[in-house]
Amino acid sequence: MAITIEEVKHIADLSNLEFSQQELEGFILQFSKILDYIEQLRQVDTEGIEPTYHAVPFKIDRQRARPDEEQASLDRNRAVSNAPDEDQGQFRVPKVIR
Amino acid sequence: MDLTRLTISQIHAGLTAKKFSCREIISAHLKRIDQVEPKVKAFITVAPEYALQAAEKADREISSGAGLRALTGIPVAIKDNISAQGLKTTCGSNILASYVAPYSATVVERLVEAGAVIVGKTNCDEFGMGSSTENSAFHVSRNPFALDRVPGGSSGGSAVAVAAYEAMGALGSDTGGSVRTPAAFCGVYGLKPTYGRVSRYGLVAFSSSLDTIGSFARTVEDLAVLFRTTAGHDSRDMTCHPSEPEDYSSALAASLKGVKIGVPFSLLESGLDASIQQGMERTVETLRQMGCEMLPVELPHSSSGVAVYYLIAPSEASSNLARYDGVKYGYRAEHFSNLREMYQKTRARGFGKEVKRRIMLGTYALSSGYYDAYFLKASKVRTLLIQDFRNAFNRVDVIVLPVAPTPAFRVGEKADDPLAMYLTDVFTVLANLAGIPGLSVPAGYSDQNLPVAVQLLAGHFQEGKLLNVAYHLERSFALPPPRLAV
Repeated sequence: MAITIEEVKHIADLSNLEFSQQELEGFILQFSKILDYIEQLRQVDTEGIEPTYHAVPFKIDRQRARPDEEQASLDRNRAVSNAPDEDQGQFRVPKVIR
Repeated sequence: MDLTRLTISQIHAGLTAKKFSCREIISAHLKRIDQVEPKVKAFITVAPEYALQAAEKADREISSGAGLRALTGIPVAIKDNISAQGLKTTCGSNILASYVAPYSATVVERLVEAGAVIVGKTNCDEFGMGSSTENSAFHVSRNPFALDRVPGGSSGGSAVAVAAYEAMGALGSDTGGSVRTPAAFCGVYGLKPTYGRVSRYGLVAFSSSLDTIGSFARTVEDLAVLFRTTAGHDSRDMTCHPSEPEDYSSALAASLKGVKIGVPFSLLESGLDASIQQGMERTVETLRQMGCEMLPVELPHSSSGVAVYYLIAPSEASSNLARYDGVKYGYRAEHFSNLREMYQKTRARGFGKEVKRRIMLGTYALSSGYYDAYFLKASKVRTLLIQDFRNAFNRVDVIVLPVAPTPAFRVGEKADDPLAMYLTDVFTVLANLAGIPGLSVPAGYSDQNLPVAVQLLAGHFQEGKLLNVAYHLERSFALPPPRLAV
C-alpha cells in the first residue's frame, strides 16, 4: 500500500518529530513494505468480534483498594532532579503565552 | 573454586558452611565482568561500589546470626529500562542518557529485600524496541558463543550477563519476545510471566497492554527462585493481579505422567532452521518418553501475530513515548525558537531510528481515517488469537513451539530490513498478545555451536506448569557445559 509524502509529513507533525527531506522520503518505502505485510489482516473475518485491549481481564477491587488517606509521595526535589532546566523546584520551559 | 559457576543453592550451602563470604562472591563476579565486558558489552552501567556495599551488608547480617533470605548474596543484573534508585536508567536511549532513577521499581525493591545484590544495568534495544540489541544508542552487545553474532533482544545485555557468568540471574522486559529471544540465542532460561503476575511499577513503559518483566537464569531451580521473588500483587500497579503466586520451587519435580502437551504442527511446516527443527523433534520425543500425552493443536490466527503486534505495540508506544518532550527529564535540544520546536528537535535528536519509525507507525495506525483499518482491526484479530489459545488450553496443559525460527544471526545481518527483523518475533509475540506465560528452554547446540531453544506456553497464571516441564527437560537433555568464546 502506498503512502504519500504529504501523509508522512502529517504523521511526523502529529508525532512531534522533525525529519530531513531524505528521511521523510525514506519512510515512503519502509512504510509501504510494512503496510503491505499488515494488509494480510484484511483477509481475517472479524465480523461481530469485539476488540481486546487487555488480554488478562482485571477489575478494580474495592475490597483491596487502600483507605483514602493522605500518603507521602515522591518529594519535589527528587521529582525535578532530572529536569533539563529547573528553577526553585519548577520545570522551566520556553515562553508559551505572549 | 570458581564462584561464578555456581547455582543459588550451591552458593547458599557455601555461605552456610562459611566457605566464602558474599563479598567474595560479588568480587569474583566483578572480576569476571572486568575480564569479559570489553568483548561482550552486556552492561550500560556496572555498579561495583553499590554491589560491594550490598554484599558487605549481607555479610554483616549473616555474621549477626540471621538466616539466609531467598537470594542472599546472589549477583543479579537489571535491564536498563527498570528503575533502581540512584542508578542511571537510560533505556538504551540518548533521550535518557543521563537520567538517574529517583525511585526503585517494585521488582528491584523485592530483589533487594530478598538479599540479591545488583551488579549493574544491562544493555538493550532502545526502549525495548528490537530483537537483537543493535538498536541501543550506546553499543551493540555480543553473543558470548560467537562474538560476531547478536545476543537477541531487546533484553540482550541481561541474557549475555547470565550466559557469560557476569551475573547469576537477571531481569528483563518482554513486550513481544524480549526476554525469550535473547535467552534462546544465549543458551539460558528466560521466563515471560503472565501479564499481571509481576508488577510493572518502575518499568519504563513501551506498550502497556503487552509489557511484562521476566527473569533469566542458568538453571530452572534458580529461575523459579528469582521469578517467585518478583511475582505477586502490588498496589502501585492496578493491572497487577491480586492472587498469591504459587511456591514454584516445590512443584518443579512433580511427575509429567499424563501431562498433555500440544504441538502446533502447521506452524512448523516451513521457514525453520534445521537446528531449530531438530530441537523441536528432540523435545517432543523426550516429553513423549517421559509419559506426556502429545497432541496436535491448531492456532489458526497465529499467522497474523506479527501483523497484529506491529500495529498494537507501536500504537501504544506512540502514546507512551509522548512523555519525552525535553521538559520533565532527559535530553533537551539546545537551539529552538518556540515550545513546539523544542519538542520536535528534542525528540528528533533524542530518539534513535527504530524508535522514531515505531512512533510514526503507531501514530499512523491511530490517526483519523486509519484507526478502524489498523488499530481496531488488529485489536479484533487479537481477540480471535486469544480464543485460539483458550480452545487449545481446553485440551492441553502446555504448548511447545520454537522461540525464534533461527539461532543467533550475525551483527548487521537484518539491521537495514525492519520487516525481516520483525519476523524474528513470529513465535514470541503470540504470548504477549494473549497475556499468557512463555518460557525459553535451552535444547542443545547447532553445528556451529550456537544455542538452540524451544518455547513452552501455558494458560494464564500457569507458570508452575512451565517450570515443571522445563525442570524435567533440563534433566533429560543434560546439556554439556557451554563452550563460550569468552
